Amino acid sequence: MSARAIRRRAKSAVMTGLVAGLALLAVLPLLFIFGDLIHKGATSIDWNFFVKSPVAAGETGGGVANAIVGTGIIVALACLVGIPIGVGSGLFLAEYGNGRLGWLVRFVADVMNGTPSIVVGIFAWTWLVRPVGHFSALAGGAALAMLMIPMLARTTEEMVRLVPNSLREAALALGYPRWRTSLAVVARTALGGIVTGALVAVARIAGETAPLLFTALGNLNFSTAINHPMQTLSLQIYVYATGPFDEWHRLAWAAALVLMGLVLLVAITARWVTRERYGVR
Amino acid sequence: MAFDNSLAGLERSPVPTRTLADRPIRLDSATDVATQSDNSLVRVETRRLTALFGRAIAVREVSLFFPTNTVTAIIGPSGCGKSTFLRCLNRMHELSEGGWVTGGVLLDGEDIYGGVLDPVAVRRRVGMVFQRPTPFPTMSIYDNVAAGLRVYGGRRSPQLDEQVERALRQAALWDEVKDRLHGSAIALSGGQQQRLCIARAVAPAPEVLLLDEPTASLDPAGTQRIEELCHALKTQYTIVIVTHNMQQAARVSDYTAFFYLGDLVEIDRTSKLFTNPAKQQTEAYLTGRFG
Repeated sequence: MSARAIRRRAKSAVMTGLVAGLALLAVLPLLFIFGDLIHKGATSIDWNFFVKSPVAAGETGGGVANAIVGTGIIVALACLVGIPIGVGSGLFLAEYGNGRLGWLVRFVADVMNGTPSIVVGIFAWTWLVRPVGHFSALAGGAALAMLMIPMLARTTEEMVRLVPNSLREAALALGYPRWRTSLAVVARTALGGIVTGALVAVARIAGETAPLLFTALGNLNFSTAINHPMQTLSLQIYVYATGPFDEWHRLAWAAALVLMGLVLLVAITARWVTRERYGVR
Repeated sequence: MAFDNSLAGLERSPVPTRTLADRPIRLDSATDVATQSDNSLVRVETRRLTALFGRAIAVREVSLFFPTNTVTAIIGPSGCGKSTFLRCLNRMHELSEGGWVTGGVLLDGEDIYGGVLDPVAVRRRVGMVFQRPTPFPTMSIYDNVAAGLRVYGGRRSPQLDEQVERALRQAALWDEVKDRLHGSAIALSGGQQQRLCIARAVAPAPEVLLLDEPTASLDPAGTQRIEELCHALKTQYTIVIVTHNMQQAARVSDYTAFFYLGDLVEIDRTSKLFTNPAKQQTEAYLTGRFG
């Protein structure tokens, strides 16, 4: 082997090692977080943790059932509003968004994507809490939907743009109307990517705390009334973690582990439901 | 005047009153055009069809017609407008960036650009197969073939199974896929995928089939199967095939049109055009002097 070839190989090995190291560095915090959560939270998790509501400070026992259910309800409300609007506008941007309206929608989505979530919370409070006169899960869902829509719109657009134009033409040449081409062929082909985008959005909003402080507020009791304040895991973690009691800190770790577990569960389920039916050749 | 009946499959056709050879290629007066369209044996006719991209002309004032149940090949060097011309026949050209047309295209005597016919309805009557196979990746083989049938509205037609089988048989694919109709369409080989696309195009029983270089991405065996299909399918459809391959044009077509730089240079019976072209440009292209 010539000296030159050796140099080349060495250079290649160094660079490969470098990027591999950086990649490792990127996932390291995630591993630490997981490890820490399991280490500090797992011991506090038992059956009661899932089925009981919190007890008064000082007492032992109790759980976060109200927060788990509340997170589910508020995230579901956000999805109910956010996914149709977000995916719909993403589809519009990709398929029809080359005009002035498309430019405007894209611009607004980008600005909204960069808006801090606490600002969204204050906005939702101004328009959905103050006029009504009380905090509610509905307002919380709306605030989260507002965070979700621009994220979904842009990821959906990217995913739909990846669908080759030849498929669009094939459907149109077959006598598909334009709207049906967009839905039955283009959106269907991009579905895997759209679902992944929706999952990322769900995972992000499920852990949001700031917008909920101004809208859903939190609730120490078990409640499923969407017109009233409601607890979520993120709010519960916030309260417990900033509280003065060791018992609360323990519960905060456990609640954080449950929150991450739930997000993971949603991700795996949705992946499984939309798995490529025909797989890779 | 007798029709050129040298090719199998044409025997059963009624004898037309005119042949391509004795009608003017360029139609200069309106009266000329009017007498042409009473001929029921003309399936598609273009009248001074011009296709443009923005202000750039891709096809210039082409007037010709395609008789029912014949195969017409369109040949010419790259960029001569043959694909664009083809895409005008089912209103696909206008979907391209900046695409628009002037002039007319008559389908069974009715101008598809006349404002009465809906482009979607036109495309159901004029099927198209593209250069690269384009099966819908999320659908099974069966669903791909049924796609054009389902879009008509009938959610679950009782004849759907039959129609799918017939289309797959027409595309000479049935025997290869009958045991895995609900398997993946993209697991098929390239040649099979292209025949699947042909099955999908013929399933809704169009009148005209447009093939845009259908064998460009296939191996010789796949190419041969598609060419054999052209012969079989022309008993039911009027076929227009764009091809880069002159031998292919000679093998599959009854008529051949030669395009150059957006102009129709010459159209004639394939046997005549290849052996005794009327225009010097045609001869130069056929003998490989350019293009």
